[in-house]
Amino acid sequence: MKTGGDKNMRIQLVKLAHARSGDKGDTANVGLIALRDEYFPLLVREVTAMRVREHFKGICKGEVERFELPNLSALNFLLHESLGGGGTLSLMTDAQGKTFSTALLRMEINVPDEQARALGLS
Amino acid sequence: MREKVRIASGQGFWGDMLDAPVRQVEGGPIDYLMLDYLAEVTMSIMQKQRARDPQAGYARDFVPLMREILPACVEKNIRVTANAGGVNPTGCAEAVREVARELGLAGRLSLGTVAGDDIMHRLDDFLARGIELRNMDTGEPLSNVRERIQSANVYLGAWPIVEALRKGAQVVITGRATDTGLTLAPLINEFGWGEMDWDRLSAGTIAGHIIECGAQSSGGNCQFDWQNIPDLAGVGYPIVEAQPDGSFVVTKHEGTGGRVSVQTVKEQLVYEMGDPHEYITPDCVADFTTIQLEDAGTDRVRVHGIKGRPATEFLKVSISYTAGFKAVGTLVYSWPDAYQKAEAADKILRARLARLGLQFEQVLTEYVGANALHGPLAGKPSPDLPEVQLRVGVRGPDRKAVERFTKEIAPLILTGPPGVTGFAGGRPKVEEIVAYWPALIPKSEIEPRVEVTKV
Repeated sequence: MKTGGDKNMRIQLVKLAHARSGDKGDTANVGLIALRDEYFPLLVREVTAMRVREHFKGICKGEVERFELPNLSALNFLLHESLGGGGTLSLMTDAQGKTFSTALLRMEINVPDEQARALGLS
Repeated sequence: MREKVRIASGQGFWGDMLDAPVRQVEGGPIDYLMLDYLAEVTMSIMQKQRARDPQAGYARDFVPLMREILPACVEKNIRVTANAGGVNPTGCAEAVREVARELGLAGRLSLGTVAGDDIMHRLDDFLARGIELRNMDTGEPLSNVRERIQSANVYLGAWPIVEALRKGAQVVITGRATDTGLTLAPLINEFGWGEMDWDRLSAGTIAGHIIECGAQSSGGNCQFDWQNIPDLAGVGYPIVEAQPDGSFVVTKHEGTGGRVSVQTVKEQLVYEMGDPHEYITPDCVADFTTIQLEDAGTDRVRVHGIKGRPATEFLKVSISYTAGFKAVGTLVYSWPDAYQKAEAADKILRARLARLGLQFEQVLTEYVGANALHGPLAGKPSPDLPEVQLRVGVRGPDRKAVERFTKEIAPLILTGPPGVTGFAGGRPKVEEIVAYWPALIPKSEIEPRVEVTKV
């Protein structure tokens, strides 16, 4: 964990969430699940569809949609046009998008120092 | 009515662990065994097999499996739901019937088949009547690929399977039935749930979703705490213990490996998820945002609170069509400068393909060990990488061009950058692509056929 400015910490999602991904045609889905329920509001605030689209620049060529599942402390992302045509058409090693989950966990988000301390993250 | 029904998952896809269903039958008490064999393009493979042999066209593994477990299933009254029938459920049932007779089980069980999902022979009639079967993802009309279609099957839901169970089938063999229907049908059969009982139908559907990928909900492919998941070598496949109100517990047999926890179940719930508010099946529209999970002891997760909405007026159709050819070639480059060597080899290869005048729809280069999976997110490859695999794939309509490409990989060993190996497998194989075309059709067009006969 690095500090990013005076009042924020940069925390990588792998410290806050686990994930699983899969495919539907040329769309990859990534389910992002908070490691602790208390982390979920942080994910909702920071891991927006726009930020995920930016994160997957050069990989996801279409839109990113986000859905919230507060009951599971989880977010579901749909990354359209990401799998080289999808299914049997794709030439990619990961034609089924199985490792998009860990690719998302590379993302870093801003957490205010105070909140990080309260959540036991600092 | 039973207080509790136990449904065990024994197969998450065609090619899953062969002995998983055996261990489910022998490892402890279960009432039903569900086996999912069909992936999106499996039907087209089976269609090809049946074109060559009218007796073929189903999941062949299912027959020797039945030879192994059928006596125990009859003895313990375990009923089986399986979409092993592919494009020939009747042929599959005949093969199982023969096995049952050889095992001396004649007169002791009934076999059910569910057909009517195959609409290949009706496509022109549909198109003529204005049922366009447009691609759900791209909006294209089916007429664009009409000449190249290999198979067309409707996803049938739970109700035809329920009918077969009600007529006494010990083993129900379906064609293209939904994965979730294989679990939901036994619950409807046991608990008498109604056709408009949307909450409970949704609960049974979500139970099906949790176990339809086999061990992927019981510790397999689980990111959470993966290092400490015990004995994956002896992984236990998931079991749903359901109650009449639609609540259920996900568990596995005692003494098996793997893990069932809130986290393993959550990971499976979000797998291949679209809009969680509407998980659409032929039987209902389930709402994943209503699912409540609770830790109920070691390897037990209680699931409750599920709500659902009425089913739609449509069924999903899975159509497969040929879409050209592809091939993938690989070579491995070693330290020092492994990545730079692989990059240089790719440049040389592409120049040669261009000089040969070969045309492709797509040429894709990946560097396995550097960034094949995470692309730019993996960062700049380290100059100290011990090795990198160059992986080049091509795709196009012209088989000859793809074939020519496969002959340009090996020459790189003696005519390209040094420190290269990994060509023991010979020339890459050219593969005909069979692609998937999802569409919708009004339910009123489809008439499932259910047959149950004594062995």
